[in-house]
Amino acid sequence: MTFHARVTVTLKTGVLDPQGKAIEGALRGLGFAGIGGVRQGKMFEVALESADKAAAEAELRRACEALLANTVIEDYAIAFVDTVA
Amino acid sequence: MKSAVILFPGINRERDAARALRLASGREAAIVWHAETALPAGTDLVVLPGGFSYGDYLRCGAIAARAPVMEAVRAHAARGGKVLAICNGFQVACEAGLLPGVLMRNADLHFVCRMQPLRVERADTDFSRSYTRGQVVRFAVAHGEGNYTADEETIRRLEGEGRVAFRYCGAEGDPGHGHNPNGSRNHIAGLYSERLNVLGLMPHPENAVDPLTGCTDGLGLFESLAA
Repeated sequence: MTFHARVTVTLKTGVLDPQGKAIEGALRGLGFAGIGGVRQGKMFEVALESADKAAAEAELRRACEALLANTVIEDYAIAFVDTVA
Repeated sequence: MKSAVILFPGINRERDAARALRLASGREAAIVWHAETALPAGTDLVVLPGGFSYGDYLRCGAIAARAPVMEAVRAHAARGGKVLAICNGFQVACEAGLLPGVLMRNADLHFVCRMQPLRVERADTDFSRSYTRGQVVRFAVAHGEGNYTADEETIRRLEGEGRVAFRYCGAEGDPGHGHNPNGSRNHIAGLYSERLNVLGLMPHPENAVDPLTGCTDGLGLFESLAA
């Protein structure tokens, strides 16, 4: 069956994120006074064929480790989303 | 010395690297396409040149690092073969696991393009014998992602094992944040693999080999390799 997943890749805690800092500053400049911190990440929408959800998740984990994330500085999270009919 | 310069889509310094190799060694380098699965027989040196492989998509060097030819490059390095990885090539080498750590966006977010003094940290490797330890050389830097970092343990190991090849510095060889173009840890501009057979560096020695362009400080690196 076809699974649809969202893979989110974010910088690990403690890794400097100058882009996030610049965005945070711009939001403050626009008057969003309550903004306490911004971290920029990446999101991938992936469709894949797999026998079941567990197999799909295992496949996505391999994809994250092999390419989608650089685990020296990044963490990843996998979430399945409902297929749009 | 038999050299192979690897060509990924989006690379733009392969001819500069080949030219520097020709000047220093008198031999033509083979240009090897990324889809190849083997290096030319008898290759002594592999060069991963600079540019913007795959348009820097995903992460700089990430897609090129998984190209078919990289298996052969990894095997070459594992046999003790020499690899020179410049700029985007350095990013490819880190992504491919040939060197530890990662090159992040420059700390001030600016693309930096200028002549940069570097301190030669050791002059006893196949890449650096034509220099002297502590010598200050000038190479051009041209990058947006040269901010080298690694976990604390790795940085300690690199420093402890003397694996820093070049450090950003001032004209007199003084390292310091005012001279570091990208915020890299410990002002690291280039580093060696454990066995000193892989060198990755952000600055461009291949563009400092001809008096015509105002500086020949990079020639020593290629002459060291050719010796």
